Amino acid sequence: MKMMECDEESPFDIILSPEQDRWLQATTQVKRLVIGSNRQKADAVQHGILPRLLEWLIDESVPQELRTEAAVVLGSLAWGTEENIQHLVNAGAVPVLLRGLSNTSLAHVEACLRCLRTVFMAPNPPVNLIYQDATIIPHLLNIISRTAQTKEAIANILANCCTCLEHQNTLCKTGAISALAPLLTDGTLYKIQMPVLKCFAAMCYQNPDVCAAVASATFNGVSVPQLIGKLQCRDKTSEMQMASAKCLTFLHRGGAISAKDRIIVLETLPTLVRMCKKDRTLDENVEGAETLSYLIQEDQELQKITSVCDHSMKALAEYLTYTDIQQLDSRQTQKKAVNWGNALRTAAFQAFAAIGANDEEIRKKIIAIDNLIESVVAGMNSDDLKVQVAACRCLHSLSRSVQQIRTTFQDHAVWKPLVKLMQSHSDDVLKIASSTMCNLLLDFSPSKEDILECGAIDILTKLCAKEDEPPLRLNGVWGLMNLAFNSEQKVKMEIVEKLGSELLFVLLSERDPEILMRTLGLLRNLLSKKQHIDNIMMTHGTQVLQAIKCILEADYHSADIKEQTLCVVANIADGPQARMSILRNDGVMKQMIACMQAYGQSNLQIASLYGILNFINGEDADSFERFRILREKGVYNLLQKLMHSKNPHVYERAKHALNQFPST
Amino acid sequence: MATGTTSPSTETLNSNSLDPSDPLKQLYPAVNEDDTPLPRSWSPKDKFNFIGLSLNNLRVHYKGVGKSHNHKDAASVRATHPIPAACGIYYFEVRIISKGRDGYMGIGLSTQGVNMNKLPGWDKYSYGYHGDDGNAFCSSNPGIPYGPTFTTGDVIGCCVNLIDNTCFYTKNGINLGIAFSDLPPNLYPTVGLQTPGEVVEANFGQTPFVFNIEEYMKEWHMKTRMTIERFPVSDRRGEWQQALQRMVSTYLIHHGYCSTAEAFCKATTQPIDEDITSIKHRQRIQKLVLAGRMGEAIELTQQLYPGLLERNPNLLFMLKCRQFVEMVNGSDSEVRGPNSRSPRSQHSSGGTGSSRSSPNLSPAHNLSANASSSAGPHILHYQSQRPGSGSNSPNRAGGKHSRSSTPTSSSSSSHHSQQQHLSDNMHSNEDVKNAANAGSPQSSSDRYAMNGSGSVYIEGEENMDLSDGAVEDGLVTNGNYNPPPPCMNGNSHNLEAGDAEDMDVEGSGKQLCGGNRTAIEKMLQYGRELQSMSQHLRRQFGHSDTNKKAIQDAFSLLAYPDPWNSPVGFQLQSVQREPVCAALNSAILESQGLPKQPPLKLAIAQATQCMKLMAKSGIGACAFASVADYLH
Repeated sequence: MKMMECDEESPFDIILSPEQDRWLQATTQVKRLVIGSNRQKADAVQHGILPRLLEWLIDESVPQELRTEAAVVLGSLAWGTEENIQHLVNAGAVPVLLRGLSNTSLAHVEACLRCLRTVFMAPNPPVNLIYQDATIIPHLLNIISRTAQTKEAIANILANCCTCLEHQNTLCKTGAISALAPLLTDGTLYKIQMPVLKCFAAMCYQNPDVCAAVASATFNGVSVPQLIGKLQCRDKTSEMQMASAKCLTFLHRGGAISAKDRIIVLETLPTLVRMCKKDRTLDENVEGAETLSYLIQEDQELQKITSVCDHSMKALAEYLTYTDIQQLDSRQTQKKAVNWGNALRTAAFQAFAAIGANDEEIRKKIIAIDNLIESVVAGMNSDDLKVQVAACRCLHSLSRSVQQIRTTFQDHAVWKPLVKLMQSHSDDVLKIASSTMCNLLLDFSPSKEDILECGAIDILTKLCAKEDEPPLRLNGVWGLMNLAFNSEQKVKMEIVEKLGSELLFVLLSERDPEILMRTLGLLRNLLSKKQHIDNIMMTHGTQVLQAIKCILEADYHSADIKEQTLCVVANIADGPQARMSILRNDGVMKQMIACMQAYGQSNLQIASLYGILNFINGEDADSFERFRILREKGVYNLLQKLMHSKNPHVYERAKHALNQFPST
Repeated sequence: MATGTTSPSTETLNSNSLDPSDPLKQLYPAVNEDDTPLPRSWSPKDKFNFIGLSLNNLRVHYKGVGKSHNHKDAASVRATHPIPAACGIYYFEVRIISKGRDGYMGIGLSTQGVNMNKLPGWDKYSYGYHGDDGNAFCSSNPGIPYGPTFTTGDVIGCCVNLIDNTCFYTKNGINLGIAFSDLPPNLYPTVGLQTPGEVVEANFGQTPFVFNIEEYMKEWHMKTRMTIERFPVSDRRGEWQQALQRMVSTYLIHHGYCSTAEAFCKATTQPIDEDITSIKHRQRIQKLVLAGRMGEAIELTQQLYPGLLERNPNLLFMLKCRQFVEMVNGSDSEVRGPNSRSPRSQHSSGGTGSSRSSPNLSPAHNLSANASSSAGPHILHYQSQRPGSGSNSPNRAGGKHSRSSTPTSSSSSSHHSQQQHLSDNMHSNEDVKNAANAGSPQSSSDRYAMNGSGSVYIEGEENMDLSDGAVEDGLVTNGNYNPPPPCMNGNSHNLEAGDAEDMDVEGSGKQLCGGNRTAIEKMLQYGRELQSMSQHLRRQFGHSDTNKKAIQDAFSLLAYPDPWNSPVGFQLQSVQREPVCAALNSAILESQGLPKQPPLKLAIAQATQCMKLMAKSGIGACAFASVADYLH
């Protein structure tokens, strides 16, 4: 402001002075001063006028004109740097502005909303302030339809204030859906439709209840998903198509729209595939591929369609060859450098993981992509955590193919980076890496030996001990189970040793059925050859039997788990030495006999008969003793009863067992 | 400002005789089927003899023996016509009714003359997607892996993009991606079968498609529009802007929007080639013509431009014919009595103050008439209005087309739309004014966002500062546009519109020459003079169909008891004054050594013609570059 005279008072001083009649003029002057100049805005904040402006906003005795002008200035200041916004928030502007929304003057309400919108569109907005007072959201929804300005501002505020389940439910219950639905229609301005779409996406994300409510809502007889779907038409901007497709993706994953629905198969999916094309911006490429992965993750048919849709695989493969490392985010809001190479690789790996999740033919196509497996290996070796996880996820998806494990995986020694990832401190990395490792430890996997040599048992037992991470425990046990299958005594002993009786007992006491199931599987694999059985039971027999008894006695375990437990018992019963420890264990025997009489559940009957048969088999010195105990426990009589079973498997086994009994 | 208006539907209507019951016409509105018919069925002539057709030549079955298990069994059929380039995007679908023995089916395209004893794709200029292996065959055998295989129950679509000359297929509504590029022109939809039992059925657009082709078209429509709108124009020296401003100013001057033109030229420092008084003169004459006061108009023309009509006897004859019509109508001053004379009385005040008025001419009708190339029954009515329009210059395009008149059936409604348009115009003027001056910050920024059709939307920053700016004292300092000139045509429009309506009440209760007996006599006398003038003209300049038709039409009004509701009654509509007005205006301008057409109109006519040439030359983009889209 060169025009200003030197002796003229600065408007800031007037604002801070008690000269009431000059305030309005000075405020207007400040408003003109700060337009379009971040330096001037910062300067104004520096002069300490924020508290004064806020004071006026609260003070009802201050003339309305001045109060509105103050709100306008605040809005203008917020439009400066993030720092300015932080100053505003720190000065307590948000609650004051929220209160200003109850003002009778529309101009005042709009000025407050403009400022709030800017604050909430900045990174890390003070979201909780919106929910602090239960009347705020209803009020916002109440006034949203007043003018284009209120629509735009409130839609933006809501879109940025829905960050958790609680927010989603609150908005939904307060009637946000019916308030926002009219703003999706044709006549609405683009800059209102966009935040409304974002708001719907934020509300629907992983929230089946809200999804169901959105899917069943209508406006003027048109369902909300249809209204959203219209905005992904191909003559809309990419940005809008993307936002619309995202909403519909979330609605599908939230269970509200079927994968067979036209709007998903023929509209949303192709839209997202289009976003992966070269003619879109990099951030659309990334977002498109990520959203696409999420859309098709759970549905085999969608995965199949994606694999043939508009050369999607070719487009995604090109992501892997992107070399320009740094570039500004094209979205204006966040001007930070993004490593596009990594972002694109991450998105592509995720997408390949999703597309190839269930279909061997598609996996073959993925593997056939030039340098795909090299890229995956490089990705796992990357120092970017997200790339590591995504690359590993892709490898995991491909590792469901027996053929790939036997060929490509071994050729490229994918186990090397995998073992390296297992040293990671990130649970995200560990989760997916250990899952992948489980597959590579399968009996037919040539990598099994290599991984074993790299200390797989150590790594896996450590995972088993991760108390607060059930998925990691599961993968640890699973890996050990695969490793123990058909393995040498040395390996088995090492597993038992490393695991220790205590941890084994802990795992067997697990309430999580998945983990328990795998632990029992591990036990079965460990207790597989007569000699191995006896050796293991010698050292850990007490704990194992104790745990088995507990599982069989417990009423909260499913039949599947009990069946698996009975199989473990049967395995133990195959050990020449070990079998006596069961026969002498009243608790376990009692449960076995009970299971033989579980008439509704033939699988339990069969499993326990399998154990009984193992007791009977073998011409050892103690066979007489064994038959004596079995008779004593009433097993003989029971077997005779089972001869009447209608289940042929039960009948056959009972008959076979009875035949073995020496006649008395 | 009163821009020329052609409703898009009018254009498609004229060039296409759009039939709402024909889905193909709606799908490909830019195609003129008189020149380039659309494929609507398979050709019973252009097929190999192993092919059988049924169900109106839409269903294809294999009737060969198919024993030899080799390529000699293959048989193809082409559609009746090649795909017209003006489709822009062309699409057809084929449903596999039965895969027959081996399902060796090929769906694709080929040019005329390609061997039909082959599946599409095996030969040069032949392209196909085959069901048995999912391969794409691009003038070669074997093909390359392309998509999934297809079989009984699947619907395979084939889309030809005539803008970038590519082709993609769809399977059950899913786009399988580009299969071929660099396609030659004039391809025919083609299918081929090879083993017994194979049956397929085509849908050329008569029934809804599985794939949403309209969506794909929309995208290309938008892309084409963007290409046009973002066409790079280097304007370092401001020549481009100047040219545009010149377009506007010449247009305003041509049509006599005097004060607007003055204000515009002042704001943009454009020169005005014509004397202001001359513009006002033309304005006055035009007003008279549009009010139906032909006698006065002729008189004033003779007074202001002596010798003009004498040098253009055909023009004078046209004016006189019109005068006769207006006499029948009861609007000409000869039959209206002295009170209605003196158009000056309608001006707010004499001298300089009267500069605000402007003619009621809406060029809308000239433009819409431009587009109508199909000859309607009344096409020759005003042929004489453009003397010397037979040259081959670009003028011709405009001149030629503006001859044809609007078909009777639509002219009354278009008259209404014209009035509607005028009032719309006023609204929009006022809106702009509001946005500029009234200090409503949203309205200005919102308007941009809305017009931006998505891709051009206001960024937050701009918006914010704009609204900040607008709030203060209602003065936009950093807005994107120059405020329109403060002088509006609005008021005078209003006046004229009312005026016109007043004189123009249609329907029953109308009487010949306003029911005045003396007037009828005058009219009959005038008719006799006209008759002798016609004879005189013929003797002097030879026979003229135009003149003959004009006088016949005019006279035939008297053959009906109620001329207004007669087959020739359209002549009495005030909208018919416009071509006369335009012809007179052009003649005056020409006599002053000025262009008889404004450059804007020339540009539009040239662009329209260019689209037609593009369609003929196989440039598909013409499908989505309708000039009408730009004439709101």
